[in-house]
Amino acid sequence: MAPKDKLSITVRQSELGRVKGLGAARSGVHHWWMERVTSVALIPLTLWFVFSVLGMAGHPQPDIAHWVSHPLVAVLLVALIVTSFHHTQLGLQVVIDDYIHGEGTRLIVLLVMKAAVVLLGLAALLAVVKLAI
Amino acid sequence: MVEFTLPKNSKVVEGQRYKAPAGAKRVREFKIYRWNPDDEKNPHTDIYEIDLDDCGPMVLDALIKIKNEVDGTLTFRRSCREGICGSCAMNIDGTNTLACLKPIEDCRGAVRINPLPHMAVIKDLVPDLSQAYAQYRSVEPWLQSDTPPPPDAERLQSVEERSKLDGMWECILCFCCTTSCPSYWWNGDRYLGPAVLLAAYRWIADSRDEHKGERLDALQDPFKLYRCHTIMNCAETCPKGLNPAQAIGEIKKLMVQRQG
Repeated sequence: MAPKDKLSITVRQSELGRVKGLGAARSGVHHWWMERVTSVALIPLTLWFVFSVLGMAGHPQPDIAHWVSHPLVAVLLVALIVTSFHHTQLGLQVVIDDYIHGEGTRLIVLLVMKAAVVLLGLAALLAVVKLAI
Repeated sequence: MVEFTLPKNSKVVEGQRYKAPAGAKRVREFKIYRWNPDDEKNPHTDIYEIDLDDCGPMVLDALIKIKNEVDGTLTFRRSCREGICGSCAMNIDGTNTLACLKPIEDCRGAVRINPLPHMAVIKDLVPDLSQAYAQYRSVEPWLQSDTPPPPDAERLQSVEERSKLDGMWECILCFCCTTSCPSYWWNGDRYLGPAVLLAAYRWIADSRDEHKGERLDALQDPFKLYRCHTIMNCAETCPKGLNPAQAIGEIKKLMVQRQG
């Protein structure tokens, strides 16, 4: 092809070869299913949390600390934190997979995001554990 | 990253205006995307004024009238003019549809016509569909069965089994849905898109097909299947009234079901 020809291409691989690529990853269903499971689990957990906090509006700090130290409350709070942070990283991964192209960039952004979410989740857990124990 | 702006030589600029003949009473403007790979010009929008009293009722009628009587260089695909070949898929009045099934009267104001979104353009309203066709080929859209067919009869289906294919066999592969899907715009090189996933499910749902597991294996992929986020543009735009999003939902359900 003439070098001036705008239609000249550098890829000569067949369309089918490009489309099939490296084949299916044979994964993805777990990610998708966990997104659904965690979102359903978050409905009761979030409602419980919001109404509990609203009910304690105006109470002094020691009351709140006492509430958190109740084993049932602490367990539910840990469940809420684990579920919501897990859900967060699943959801953010979808956004990154959608919009960030280029394997290197995507991998770096993905790892930074996961590290940030894990650290934030651990911090939240530590707060509950400190008050509960 | 996602591209939000067009490169300089892809910016759509104003084009020519072709006046309606004198004395025309019911004049309608058709603003049509033009691009010719053989000249150095940017894509542009030409405006054709058409007398609706001297034109058939559908958008395709107007396009054919323009090509025959006004501007023979206007390029578009068409064949059956009755919504069964899928050739004249294009973006009309902001929605992907078939020009032959779209009444001019249904368009508000000037009729804006563009090629199917986010596909490479070959010329004017002709998009390059070779990637989409290859994706269709990649899901092996034919019956696969290890049981040999009966020697003197067809492979039979009950009425109930056959009814499971309704809403899928009607697809004419016009790719209105695929090119309306933002996930396909951003990741079309890896995401199969609604039309192809509907075709894949058409064979998964076929009682005569014995390769459902292999078909699901080939689809289980974060990009090939799971870029679908039920945006539903596909169902909204399908000129045949089909629902590819539902078929994709069924595939996702089967993926969970076979996990145990």
